[in-house]
Formats: sequence, C-alpha cells, structure tokens
Amino acid sequence: MTTLSLTVNGRQVSTEIDPRLNLADFLRERLSLKGTHLGCEHGACGACTVLMDGMPIRSCITMAASCDGVEITTVEGYDDNKLMSRLRRAFREEHALQCGYCTPGMLATAYDIVSRLDRADENEIRAALAGCVCRCTGYRGIVRAIERCIAEKNA
Amino acid sequence: MKAPALEFHRPDTVQAALAILAEGDGAARVLAGGQSLVPMLNLRVAFAETLVDIGAIQELAAIEDAGNHVRLGASVSHARIEDGQTGDYFGGMLGHVAGNIAYRAIRNRGTIGGSLAHADPAADWPVAMIALGANVEIAGSNGSRKLPVDEFMVDVFTTALQEDEILTAICIPKASPKLRWSFQKMRKKAGAFGEAIAAAVHDPESGLCRVVAGSSAIGGPQRFTLLETALQDGDVDDDAIRDAVTRTIGSLGRYETQIHTVCLRRAIEEVRT
Repeated sequence: MTTLSLTVNGRQVSTEIDPRLNLADFLRERLSLKGTHLGCEHGACGACTVLMDGMPIRSCITMAASCDGVEITTVEGYDDNKLMSRLRRAFREEHALQCGYCTPGMLATAYDIVSRLDRADENEIRAALAGCVCRCTGYRGIVRAIERCIAEKNA
Repeated sequence: MKAPALEFHRPDTVQAALAILAEGDGAARVLAGGQSLVPMLNLRVAFAETLVDIGAIQELAAIEDAGNHVRLGASVSHARIEDGQTGDYFGGMLGHVAGNIAYRAIRNRGTIGGSLAHADPAADWPVAMIALGANVEIAGSNGSRKLPVDEFMVDVFTTALQEDEILTAICIPKASPKLRWSFQKMRKKAGAFGEAIAAAVHDPESGLCRVVAGSSAIGGPQRFTLLETALQDGDVDDDAIRDAVTRTIGSLGRYETQIHTVCLRRAIEEVRT
C-alpha cells in the first residue's frame, strides 16, 4: 500500500491505496465519483479525461499514486464555474450529446480548448478533439458548442 | 485491463531514484509521464515489479538556458514545449514537434525524456533530437555521462540506458537565426503516431545539416547521410531519395518506400526553398 494525499473537487483526500490503482478507478471505486467514465483503458478514447491542476489528462493511464499533491476536478466538481456553465448550456442547446458516455471527457477537453484558444476554425477544433471518441453524435454538435463558446469568449 | 500488482516509489531526488533502481535488480522501471508505459502495463505487454516515479524530482522539470545550448530536464512535458516555455532558439521547431504529438491530454503528462528513453520507433522526439544534434545526460550509480541522441537510440524500444541509470536531461545546441527546418509526419488521423516521419535541418552558420527519418516500418530513427549533402547543394529528386531509402534501410514494401520518400522529399524541399 502507498499513501496518497490530493484534492478532488475541492475536497482534501488522504488515504492508503494499492499502488497499481489508476486514477480513474481511484475516483470511481474509492471516491464513488462515477461521472468519470472508462472506455478503452489505454488512453485512446478520451472518456476518462479529467482536469489535473486545471489541465486535461487521461485518468486511465495516470497512476493514482503519481497524483500526490495535485488538484483533480471531475465532471462532478465544476459547480458554477462560468466557462463550464456556458459549455454545458451550449452542449445542451447544440445537441452535443446523446448517450452521454463521452460527455465528461468531452467537457474537460472542450474546457481546455476554449480556455487556451482565442480563435479556432472547425478543422482546428476537430483536430483538438481527435483524442475524444463519440459514437453517437458525429461530432457536429460538439464542434458547434465549442465554436459558440469561443465566439462568446471574444464577444 | 489493469496493471498487475507492483511496488511504487516516488522519490524526490535523482540519488534516491537511482538507489531504488539499483535495488530493483532489473525488475524496476522508471515511470515518467506514463503515457506509453502505463497503457503497456495495463495491456500486460510491459512488465515491472517496481515503478520509480520521477515526477516529484523537481530538478528534472527544469528548463535552462545554458549559453550555447538549451537544457531540458527529462520530465519536461510536451505541452510545456508546445507552449514555448523553452524559449525559441530553433525557429519554432520544438513547439511544432511537441504540438503534433498525440493529444493535448497526453501532451500534458508525456515527457521528452520519457519519449527518448521509451524508444518507440514511431516516436517524434528521437527524430527531431537527432536532427538538431542534441545530447542526453544520463545519471547512474557510478556517475553521470553524456551521449549524442543518435548513439543513445540503439534499436526498437532499446536505448543505451543501463538498468540502474536514469536519463536526466536533453541538451540541444542553440541554432542560429538562419536555421531552416522541416518536420514532416504522415498519418491518417490527427493525434496518431506517424506512419512515416522525416526531419531536415540546415543551419549555414553552425554547419548543422541533417536529414533523419523514423517510423515503425524502418525500425526507429535513421540518419540519411546520403541526402545531407544534397540538402546543402545538390539537386535531389524522388528517384535519388527512393534510392537513398533503399540503400539506408534495405528493402521496404512499396507503400512504405513511397511514404518515406514523400516525407523526405517534402522535408528537403521545405528547407531548400
């Protein structure tokens, strides 16, 4: 067992963990934060993307034991964050989700795209989204939602 | 799949990490960003009884302007390089290479040292670092040593690192403002590994002139010395490049020969125009 202290969604957590545990399983199984979804479990599908110190990372290929001292934000923890509120509204209005399985990862990725890029055309948004797989929407709605939030940011 | 049971250490100095590696007797592995090693552990194609996570060693995350070269700590992430934290002594080449590795979520964790030490034959950094004439610094229980990256990369997933050594830094000689470079990566999907990668670099002031290609098909990074003279002065056409590919690599399938030829031609043309 190894000791892990980190902040998850603003809450301080200190616990003993099995060192082979990945961050996604730690969040889901130990903290019951089931909003982080596991698709491929080898870093290819993006469903498990969460924010570590404000930056998107893959929680399925990040060892939980490597997360000592960091701050993790999952889909349960965005609360009334302004940009995330706008993204959630844009996702709803642009039909950017259907089954919702990829959505936690899509939101974390979209949050990063809108925060980092002051302008991006459709191709750039699609390239930046390439690490997140959605099997329902065909991406059009997701791309529109992100375009809209980038435009709102510059308004 | 999940990683099998293992021991985990997260030391905060290189010395402590080296001591754990030495104790591991070959079954301990260094964990940097883990963006290749962790999925490989999950898929049970890589094995480690002990992981030595170097992410808490502050000195390995340093970026240093060291006069005639830039020194990047081994655990500097691709994203930090993409964002220009290295300073720009290479005409934007480092940011371009970093920004086209996988996806941003991977680039936030993955590191330049991890990429070199992992030695995936399709990785971008080995090609780019050989092209720029970079050296690696290696720490071991018997002291430290320095190697040019082309000597460090030995074979597919194989480097000159011994089991009790850690890659600690990458030193890239600063180029002059006259540097011309091109980095070509052929792939069918954004974020995927390149099926063929080629870099051409020419700095008339320092004399650096290199043509390098890499991919799984050709078994990792290879210098194309036959094309380096052509890059500086001669004419070079597809036939000459195809001939150089065959002479440097040996026989490849038609498709592989073609994509490597095209990548190399685009790289050379971009540098010469």
